[in-house]
Amino acid sequence: MTILVIAEHDNQSLKPVTLTTLAAAQQIGGDVDLLIAGHNCQAVAQAAATISGVRKVRVADDAAYEHQLAESLSNLVLSAAEGYSHILAAATTTGKNFLPRVAALLGVNQLSEVSAVLAADTFKRPIYAGNAIATVKSADAVKVMTVRGTSFEPVAATGGTATIEPVAVVGASAASRFVKEELAVSDRPELTAASKVVSGGRGVGSGENFSVIYALADKLGAAVGASRAAVDAGFVPNDMQVGQTGKTVAPELYVAVGISGAIQHLAGMKDSKVIVAINKDEEAPIFQVADYGLVADLFTAVPELTSKL
Amino acid sequence: MRWQPAHQRYRKTERPGFWHTTFWLTQGQQERAASHNKRKLLMKILVAVKRVIDYNVKVRVKADQSDVDLANVKMALNPFCEIAIEEAVRLKEKGVASEVVVVSIGAKACQEQIRTALALGADRGIQVEAENIDALSIARLLAKVAEQEQPGMIILGKQSIDSDNNQTGQMLGALLDWPQATFASEVVIEGDSAQVTREVDGGLQTLAISLPAVVTTDLRLNEPRYASLPNIMKAKKKPLDVLTPEQLGVSVGNALTLVKVEPPAERQAGIKVGSVDELIEKLRNEAKVL
Ligand SMILES: Cc1cc2nc3c(=O)[nH]c(=O)nc-3n(C[C@H](O)[C@H](O)[C@H](O)COP(=O)(O)OP(=O)(O)OC[C@H]3O[C@@H](n4cnc5c(N)ncnc54)[C@H](O)[C@@H]3O)c2cc1C
Ligand SMILES: Nc1ncnc2c1ncn2[C@@H]1O[C@H](COP(=O)(O)O)[C@@H](O)[C@H]1O
Repeated sequence: MTILVIAEHDNQSLKPVTLTTLAAAQQIGGDVDLLIAGHNCQAVAQAAATISGVRKVRVADDAAYEHQLAESLSNLVLSAAEGYSHILAAATTTGKNFLPRVAALLGVNQLSEVSAVLAADTFKRPIYAGNAIATVKSADAVKVMTVRGTSFEPVAATGGTATIEPVAVVGASAASRFVKEELAVSDRPELTAASKVVSGGRGVGSGENFSVIYALADKLGAAVGASRAAVDAGFVPNDMQVGQTGKTVAPELYVAVGISGAIQHLAGMKDSKVIVAINKDEEAPIFQVADYGLVADLFTAVPELTSKL
Repeated sequence: MRWQPAHQRYRKTERPGFWHTTFWLTQGQQERAASHNKRKLLMKILVAVKRVIDYNVKVRVKADQSDVDLANVKMALNPFCEIAIEEAVRLKEKGVASEVVVVSIGAKACQEQIRTALALGADRGIQVEAENIDALSIARLLAKVAEQEQPGMIILGKQSIDSDNNQTGQMLGALLDWPQATFASEVVIEGDSAQVTREVDGGLQTLAISLPAVVTTDLRLNEPRYASLPNIMKAKKKPLDVLTPEQLGVSVGNALTLVKVEPPAERQAGIKVGSVDELIEKLRNEAKVL
């Protein structure tokens, strides 16, 4: 078996999910190569070459790949796919955007959000908002899959000595053009990689009121998440949504504040190690998954918690 | 024939329209011809919709672990597909689109969801009769329907809430060699291209894609309307064609075997604490996370 992993990066540094995707690849077994497609991304390639267990780092450095647009990237991966039994990417909005195109171009299916490797052709993945876990066996010639970051332990970023080799630019597409990006800037830890997360829901009431959530998060050194209702209401930006159709998190500590605990929200956080719920409704379903539940008004309980930590 | 950008088709339709309206037709015919010509400038939108378990229902796994139990469970339109229909209907209401065609692949029961889409404002429905086929087959069938219908845009949901696949739109884009804009939170049509704002992990990204293109919807693209009773009645009379994969010339299959389906690991029941102090004490000494 020979496996190709597509790296996730921002042209400057490698994203930590690449290391968890590599972990899934190493569990499948065989040689593992890493493809880095980007622009002026040599620093990423240098860093990638030291990752433990990577055989080759293949680099496509061209303006066509600067923003990882799906059309150009999938054509590139197709051209580099020869000889690989498996092609993996992280189940992020980037991986989910281009990898199904690669699968279709190869004439195979994609397995989405793989959470466990049972054999080279058999995998587990959550379905129905995580209310069921499917074991799926694939007869496709090439196994193409996105990997759920929270389900694997990252491989070591150092200790490896991979060779670096260039990959020719192919299939750059003019049909799709990057216009702009509005990225949320924050000094807080990144949500999917944080060891502690504090999330606020509709109960928080407004964007201004989210300051009580931020204050607690800063005291804990935590990332801040939100429910869909809080995002829809405009309290916080979309990149903070945790859930079935938002981000998946599995921190050491997850504090849900003013969140009722709909199945779609639970889908994104119920693998957290310790869950705390603060909600004024003692019947709220979030208490069914919480290790520690506090029935209280968040506007008194959260500031009190913040001040006493 | 490949779909052509609106400005190219305009030149073809302008002259005959002008000729007819000026020299041959009565007033009423002229008006109809004029509106017909105008419609031809507009694009058709194809919307792919899926019948899934209602999002409020919590599924259970069957005792024999062969699958989830869908017997007597409420079924509905996939929520992201509702958003896709709404977007297409709004583009028609804005005068950007001429016709909204919905397509669903599934057993006969999915006609119910096609009718719902028709009640929400779609003009015409297509059911492709096929069951237990894989995602690649679904994408191939949709690609064939697209080749026949020649839409200027195909709108799909970003994800079905049963399989949680999040892949059909992207696969369809690849098969048709069309550009894609997934996870859309805003779509603006500008002549032969679309500016689409996408919800990505870091925030928002805006792309310009040339038409025809594939768009998949995210939650905040719009708020779908409810179907009114008169529109539900009207929908019963709208055309709904049934096709088979054979008729479309697509060989379908399933390369994936569902070996088993299990319930997720249960979390151990937790406790309620009486105060903030008790919470801190537990987190420090019992859970050891502080
Ligand atoms: C297709 C689809 C996808 C979805 N995807 C997601 C997703 O990815 N993530 C997600 O989160 N949701 C998702 N949802 C939405 C989900 O179904 C719920 O609607 C949402 O999670 C509810 O958010 P909430 O708990 O903040 O709001 P609510 O359910 O309104 O709960 C608010 C809670 O705050 C409590 N509260 C109010 N005031 C106070 C106070 N002063 N002090 C303490 N507690 C208070 C209330 O008791 C209540 O329990 C999705 C839905 C659909 C249909
Ligand atoms: N059987 C189907 N029939 C029609 N459209 C589908 C079907 N399956 C998936 N889709 C479309 O693809 C979107 C994404 O689904 P999925 O890739 O399965 O998560 C859905 O929201 C639909 O728009």
